[in-house]
Amino acid sequence: MPDEITLTVNGQSVRMPLGATVAAAITAASTYCRHSVSGEPRSVLCGMGICFECRAEIDGRPHQRSCQILCSPGMRVSTQGNE
Amino acid sequence: MMTAEKQFDVLVVGGGPAGLAAASCAAEHGVRVGLIDDNPALGGQIWRQGIAGANSEAESWTRKLRSAGVEILCGARVFDHLAPDLLRAEMHDELLELRYRKLVIATGARERFLPFPGWTLPNVMGAGGLQALVKSGYSVAGKKVLVAGTGPLLLAVAAYLRAHGAEIAMICEQATFWRLTKFGFSLLKYRDKIARARSLRKDLTRVPFSTGSWPVAAEGDGVLQAALISRGGRIEKIACNFLACGFHLVPNTELAALLGCRLRQGFVEVDHVQETSMTGIFCAGEPTGIGGVELSVVEGQIAGHATAGHEDLARSFLPIRQKLRKFADALDRTFALRPELRELAAAETIICRCEDVTYDRLKVQTSWRAAKLQTRCGMGPCQGRICGSQTEFLFGWSPDSVRPPIFPTRVESLGAMLRDVEPEYEMRGQQ
Repeated sequence: MPDEITLTVNGQSVRMPLGATVAAAITAASTYCRHSVSGEPRSVLCGMGICFECRAEIDGRPHQRSCQILCSPGMRVSTQGNE
Repeated sequence: MMTAEKQFDVLVVGGGPAGLAAASCAAEHGVRVGLIDDNPALGGQIWRQGIAGANSEAESWTRKLRSAGVEILCGARVFDHLAPDLLRAEMHDELLELRYRKLVIATGARERFLPFPGWTLPNVMGAGGLQALVKSGYSVAGKKVLVAGTGPLLLAVAAYLRAHGAEIAMICEQATFWRLTKFGFSLLKYRDKIARARSLRKDLTRVPFSTGSWPVAAEGDGVLQAALISRGGRIEKIACNFLACGFHLVPNTELAALLGCRLRQGFVEVDHVQETSMTGIFCAGEPTGIGGVELSVVEGQIAGHATAGHEDLARSFLPIRQKLRKFADALDRTFALRPELRELAAAETIICRCEDVTYDRLKVQTSWRAAKLQTRCGMGPCQGRICGSQTEFLFGWSPDSVRPPIFPTRVESLGAMLRDVEPEYEMRGQQ
């Protein structure tokens, strides 16, 4: 479907509507975005680019705020990175 | 990293209701206007464009801006102020140097979060945060959501989530029933607001709404499974997939503070045409006082006309601004936070989520500054935007001065900042 985008989150294929953010894809496919400095799993808190809890590695770039970045076809997202 | 320089008569920072109105009204007078926003699309938080349908208000303002030739810079984040008429921003892989004659700060507000045991678990998120996530493509259909906190946003979020298939387990409002009733009567003066309250009531038919009720803990193994709430003096456990929690709003005043604008009780001080204590710098919307979308639009219109030199037009909005500000005062009184909420955090509850600083380490500190130095509280990437409003409420600490960069930036951008200080400084190992 042209209105959908396929990307991968931790190697798993995820289909999201066109215009979806990476944070939405992560929430659909994983229980967390990152681990905190003491090793706790964390996910989206503010959803508006302020809290930095939704950071993930996107196409090899670490620490990207996933709520401010739109999904694109073939994008590779990883929530496995460490602080 | 490429650097692009741009020059505007009026630069507006923030593309929510206040910023859209300001940019549009300034552009009506034929001046060159730029509008910059951190998000991928215009609309701000309240008019966030959704996947399922664009927001009609945001769209109609955006159309006006485009036809008036306003330059729109989305996905761009202001992080430094180089000179009285020059801001620096990052956009994708580009560094922007934005010059302006007049500036309008319309940076909006964020949700206030309060710490309780388990609040850092995945799927405990902001009420507006979960709504934003759903607008951004996350399907909440079939999920059980507990909405808790305070303020009119809770009802709007609950109605939105329900319309998108979520089951709302309960709405917990910390304010008392008596206060809400008084607030309800005060709405009678505002026809638009009564209409909205009625439609919300219809959308939320049969959703349990509890006043004098608040979350005390969140439980789950790696992800939220249940919330504990205090209700009528008793603790109840409610299973849920999401705990959407917001304790009203905190203004985003970092940019205004960086620019030297005077703040009073946490808000940016403005005069009758929204000009701050700094000549040529205007501020509109939530940073001047939490008052909602109508007031933000009116303040944006005033600032827009005033920056373009049409103070007469700006003044024509003053009576309506006056009326809406009274509503803002009623909001403040109604949703003032109860003192019990200061007691929710346990010793090991994390307050600063960036640096994982716990309550017991903070309660022995004497000030925000001491806490930063001793514990690294507020020193992480959010720069105290989340924990700062908490420690203010919990311990009465006031934040210290704002320094650039006001958002974490790439090394390349920092390099540009350092070069301003030391012209011969060169970045090594970066291009």
